[in-house]
Order: sequence, then structure tokens, then C-alpha cells
Amino acid sequence: MSERQSILGRIFGLFLPLIVMLLFLLFPFYWTFVTSIKPELELYGATVTYWPHNVVFDAYRKLFLEYNFLKPMLNSTLVAVVTTCVTLCVATLAAYAFTRYKFPGKKIFMIMFLTNNMFPNVLLLIPLYALMRNLGLLYNPMSLILAHATFTIPFSVWMMTGYLKDLPDSLEEAAWIDGANRRKAFLRVILPILTPSIVATGIYIFIQSWNEYTFAVMFTNEATRTTPVFLNKLVGQLGVQWDLITAGGIINIIPICIMFFFAQKRLIEGMTAGAVKG
Amino acid sequence: MGFIGLGNYSEIIRDPLFWKALRNTFLWVVFGVGFQFLFGFILALLLNQKFRGRGGIRAVSLIPWATPGVLIGLMWKWIYDGNYGVLNDLLMKLHLIDAKIPFLSQLSTAFPSIIVTIVWQGIPFFAIMIMAGLQVIPHDMYEAADIDGANKLQKLFRITIPSLKNVILITLMLRIIWVANSVDIIYSMTGGGPSYSTQTLSVYIFNKANVLDLGYSSAMAIVLMLLLAIVAIPYVKSTFKEE
Repeated sequence: MSERQSILGRIFGLFLPLIVMLLFLLFPFYWTFVTSIKPELELYGATVTYWPHNVVFDAYRKLFLEYNFLKPMLNSTLVAVVTTCVTLCVATLAAYAFTRYKFPGKKIFMIMFLTNNMFPNVLLLIPLYALMRNLGLLYNPMSLILAHATFTIPFSVWMMTGYLKDLPDSLEEAAWIDGANRRKAFLRVILPILTPSIVATGIYIFIQSWNEYTFAVMFTNEATRTTPVFLNKLVGQLGVQWDLITAGGIINIIPICIMFFFAQKRLIEGMTAGAVKG
Repeated sequence: MGFIGLGNYSEIIRDPLFWKALRNTFLWVVFGVGFQFLFGFILALLLNQKFRGRGGIRAVSLIPWATPGVLIGLMWKWIYDGNYGVLNDLLMKLHLIDAKIPFLSQLSTAFPSIIVTIVWQGIPFFAIMIMAGLQVIPHDMYEAADIDGANKLQKLFRITIPSLKNVILITLMLRIIWVANSVDIIYSMTGGGPSYSTQTLSVYIFNKANVLDLGYSSAMAIVLMLLLAIVAIPYVKSTFKEE
């Protein structure tokens, strides 16, 4: 009796609600993929098919050959990679300073970094737009990199500060006793231990930059546009081309998914550390 | 170009679209974040139980969080489509509706539809944060409760939820700010329509910026920031109290 109850308990307390939840969370991805491999006839036919009768990859072919999808992919990659490198350099050094030095104004700087996250993106959009126009950077990928850095740097400083706080000072002190100076101790001792955390933060930055839309749509043109902007542009001109949008969407999230799987554990640790410990 | 002082702000007060957007923002945040929290909490409790394949399912269920907002908006726009949308087809097959519904272009359904989408996007983030919080609750608290004969619900309300207070408050605050600021999902789904019924303040600001009405747009952005500061101040205070 109790055996049966526990099996029932497991079904109703775990598996059933979990399946419902997963269906809700994953069905849109399934549907996006199915749409991307349907022939046009089935896409806009009288009956909706849940798996295509004919699987075709026309949308993918069309996307790359006729719409030059490689271009926005390369633009996105360029912006995300450079943003990630710039942000990591700044954030790692800033976090080091925040955790290893005492200096006047430290608290105010930390508050500024924290509250920066809370400002609406749209608040920065307008002044940055005017700034980029005056600097002659508008429609140059550089403008987008700078714009993305305005929100990736503050958050990354917070994540890196969290990781660095966990490293005991005694590690470096041991290196100093052995005759290394601060720079050497940082490069030879701290940096190698910190690498997994830096990778996780880097992936977070990459995802943010890769996915960003509001800055991208205003700071790019035909030649420099990134994938989210490209995808949204497929709406409207001649009706909505759902096969192309879904195919582009699938390609767009693949790199993100791969990175996410690799760094998932560290990434989650870094994101949640502040909330859990605080 | 001269300064117009507080001209933009007095215009805001007289702008009925501003008030409508403000009301939409409020509903968007309350229902959006509220349901994200509820379902995210449930998902975290489910994923915290032991079962085979848990690691993989955890990773997979978090993907919505890493998906670009524009793509989320487009994916759901296609699901909601009035002619070829899968949601209409499913509801027809289940005999829940007799005629197809143009979810995103009809006044009564547009707003609830975008709420479902933002909830979908936000569930994983809540689940991640709450799962992390669950891991640090000492196990002997539950054992002690078992000895005292507490049932599952009592354990949930007396141990789990009080221990998670901090995590819940911080996550709620972060999400309130992010959801209030989010533009891309609504923008790609409805653009703020039909007849401004899904236009939140941040979407209104973005739409104004898009037509290069920069002064008015900036003034509204300042108003939005001040409103969000009310949410953020307690968090900033609590973060720096311990240091």
C-alpha cells in the first residue's frame, strides 16, 4: 500500500507536473524547428501538420544563398567576441582592485556598478546615439561594441568580484614570499585559478551581446546589422517569411546552446552567488 | 536648438498615451513577474528532487533564458498566428474554441498573450536562482521537522520559503527591473498595438526614439528610471549594509 502510494506520489508530485512544464518550455523550440523544415505548401496549408510530410531544407539554403545570412552572423560574431574580450579585461582588473585594495570612493563605485544594471536600456539609447553620431561611429560595429560594454561591464564586475572574493589572499601572499611581485603573482597564481570563472563570465557576456536588439537596431545599417535585427527585418516587407525566420532563429541559438551547456555550472554559480550569500 | 526647460515633462503629464503605457507597464510587471515567480518556484522544487536524467533536463529547461528576446517574440508570434498558428489548431482540435482567434491583433487577447510569452521567458531565471537557494538550506532542518511530525506543506511554508526569503526578494527585484525595461519581446510581437493596448512605457520610449523624437523619449526614460529606483533602493541598501 505505501509502495503504491509512493509511486503515485512520485507521478503526481514530480513526473506529471515536470512533463507539463517541460512541454510548455520546449514546445516553442520544437515548433520553430519544424516550421523551418516545412515546404511552403504545408506551412500555409489548410491543415496544420505536426511533423512535415516532406522534410525540406530550402529555407536554410535560401537564407544563406539569397539573403546572405552569413553576413549578419559574422557581424554578430565580431561584435560579441570583441565585446567579450574588452569586457573581460576591464572587469577582471576592476574586480581585482575591488577585492584586493582599499581606496576612497570604493563603495560609491560599487553602488554605481550595481545600479547601472537597473537603468532602462532605452535611457542610454538616446545619449549614446547622439554620441556615436557626433563621433562618426554610427553604423560602425565599434559603436555597438561600446554600447554593449555599457551594460556588460558593470554586471561582469559584479560576477568577477564574487569569484575573486572566494580566493584567499594567502595564495598571492605565498607567491610574494617566493619573490614574485604583484603583477607576477596575479598572472601566475590568480589568473590560472580564475580561468574557469573568466570563461563562465565571458560566455555570459557573449550571450548578452549576441542577443541584444535595441542598440543593434539603431546603431547598425544594412552592412553591419546583427542577426536579431536581420531576423526582425524579415517581418513586414512582403508579409512574414516564417520559414526563413525560424531557420535563422535555429541557427542563431545553436552557438548559444553549445556554450551554455559547457559553462552551465560555473555560470549559474556566478550568477546566483550574490543572491544566495547576500 | 534651445532648451525648453520642463516642457517635455509637462507634455508627458498631459499625454494620455503615457498614462496608458504606465498602466500597461504596471500590469505587465505584476502579472509577468508574478507568474514567472510562481512557476519558476514550482520548477525549482521539481528539479530539486532526485531522478534519473536530472542534469540534462535542468540544462534543457533553462534554454528560454538564453534565447534572444526578438527571437522569442517572433517564435510566439508565429504560434499565436491567426491563420496558420499552432495554438489555434490545438485549441480547435481540443474543441475549446469554434473559430480561430487572431490572438495578437484583437484587443481582448493581445495583452494576455504577451504576458504568457514573458512568463515563458522568465521561468528559468527564477528556477535557477531558487534552486541555488534550495541547495544551501541545511538538511538537518528537514530532519528535525520530520521528527516533530511535520507534513510536506508545513515544511514548505515553515522551512523552505522562510529560508529563501533573501533569494526571492533579490530575484523579484532584478526581474521587476528587467521586465519593466524589456522592449524586444513586445516590439517584435505587436509593436505596442493593437491601438496601444500592449505598449508599455519602455516600448513607448523606444517607439519615440525610433522616430527620432529624442527629447520626449529621454524625458520619459527619466520618469521610468525614477519609478524603478523605488524598487532598487531597498536592494542597494541591503547589499551594502553587511560590508
